Amino acid sequence: MHIEIDEIAKTFGTTAALHPVSLAIPSGALVALLGPSGSGKTTLLRILGGLEYPTTGRVLFDGQDAAGLTVQERRAGFVFQSYALFRHMTVAENIAYGLRARPRATRPPRAEIARRVARLLELIQLPDIGARYPGQLSGGQRQRVALARALAIEPRMLLLDEPFGALDAKVRKELRQGLRDIHDETGLTTVFVTHDQDEAMELADLVVVMSMGRIEQIGKPQDIRARPATPFVRDFITA
Amino acid sequence: MSDTTLAAAPARRHRPVTTETPLARWALILLAGGGLALLVFAPLAAVFAEALAKGVTAAVESLANRDARAAIRLTLTIAAISVPLNAAFGIAAAWLITKFDFRGKAFLITLIDLPFSVSPVVAGLCIVLMFGANSLIGGWLVAQGYPIVFALPGIVLATVFVTFPFVARELIPVMIEQGRAEEEAALTLGASGWRVFRTVTLPNIRWALLYGVLLCNARAMGEFGAVAVVSGKIRGQTATMPITIEMLYNEYLSVAAFSLAAVLTLLALVTLLLKTTLEIRHADALAAAHRH
Repeated sequence: MHIEIDEIAKTFGTTAALHPVSLAIPSGALVALLGPSGSGKTTLLRILGGLEYPTTGRVLFDGQDAAGLTVQERRAGFVFQSYALFRHMTVAENIAYGLRARPRATRPPRAEIARRVARLLELIQLPDIGARYPGQLSGGQRQRVALARALAIEPRMLLLDEPFGALDAKVRKELRQGLRDIHDETGLTTVFVTHDQDEAMELADLVVVMSMGRIEQIGKPQDIRARPATPFVRDFITA
Repeated sequence: MSDTTLAAAPARRHRPVTTETPLARWALILLAGGGLALLVFAPLAAVFAEALAKGVTAAVESLANRDARAAIRLTLTIAAISVPLNAAFGIAAAWLITKFDFRGKAFLITLIDLPFSVSPVVAGLCIVLMFGANSLIGGWLVAQGYPIVFALPGIVLATVFVTFPFVARELIPVMIEQGRAEEEAALTLGASGWRVFRTVTLPNIRWALLYGVLLCNARAMGEFGAVAVVSGKIRGQTATMPITIEMLYNEYLSVAAFSLAAVLTLLALVTLLLKTTLEIRHADALAAAHRH
């Protein structure tokens, strides 16, 4: 799905989290929103997912204005920073949640849901953990379960908020490749937020560098490295 | 300060640093045990001993009395109305306070605590002033045949007011700690607001909710001050268990008073037992929820 962000701004009270920003995300791209904390990257991601509303501006999904779409209707596979797994449900119940929440007419039968959950557990290479509770999993496993849960609803796009933020360096490297593989396999337009420039440069097709609620530069990783547009970008990517 | 503890540590290495000497430990345990026995177990035993002072038959007969039965029925009715109401109010208030940002939130939190700071007797008097037969609203309601004061609605009103904070106070810290992320995740997965509440919010708060409901119930059955003012203490009609106990005691009917007190105590013990049983039975789920 092609995403067009057109002059989106967001203010909380009197503070501006986002100055008007514009960005076009081609269908099937893997995009990183890169910036320090407070740069507005998470706000932008949450606006895409329908968890926040922009103060001004509009978002277009495949040319259609998203203003009228509720968070449920957007069908955005959202992976939260701390994963937000449902702690009182097993892993399988977590992954099945979105399918079970569908209205009766479009809800798959029980056996079909179980089959899809099994397939997603295969995809994240944790086939045997369906009966466990989130509290019994490692950080890396939780992250992958959160990804599987987001993929279960057959999302139109994948949005990830600091997907590797809470993990140690070794697990991070492994899961980076895992996300790349899943993206290439599903072809989903994917946007992830990170403050780690290595992660952004290594993983993304397109990197959006943000600072203080503004977009500093949009470009391919090698272009940003070779030709940083502003002093901020130069400092940030060499830090 | 840290210098002295560091210097003292090597000399006592044979004992974990967080442990006191045996003498100090036993002195503290004895002090706590003695206090507990004196303040909790002895009175509890005394209530039952007084109730059975003239034998089981006398105690049972005093409970079979028409007024005693009416008091038990009234107290259970009041709890059955007030507790669900306050559970619903408490959940709504905690949900609003913890999941949304709005102007006047601090004021609302203060309002929830109001029944803790206002004397129940004052609360009862306010209800009499508002809804008494001489007031504007109360007069009109009496004319329509719905008296509030000296009747069940007034007692329920007083009980609901006094027990209002219990559920909300239990829920707010738990819901703040859990944050909004799980609810947001459920929304992005396509769940409706009601479904999110039913399948995510409610299961996450069920233990705090249960505890709040039990506390609320205990207080609702035991409330004296506010109910004493609004009920008019009409024997067999508006006298709840605590009020009947007081009246019987003042009439030197000690077996009858303590028998009813024993029933009230048993009701409290049953709720405690219920809570403990549930906790033991669901220990696994409880532990899993806390590990996350």
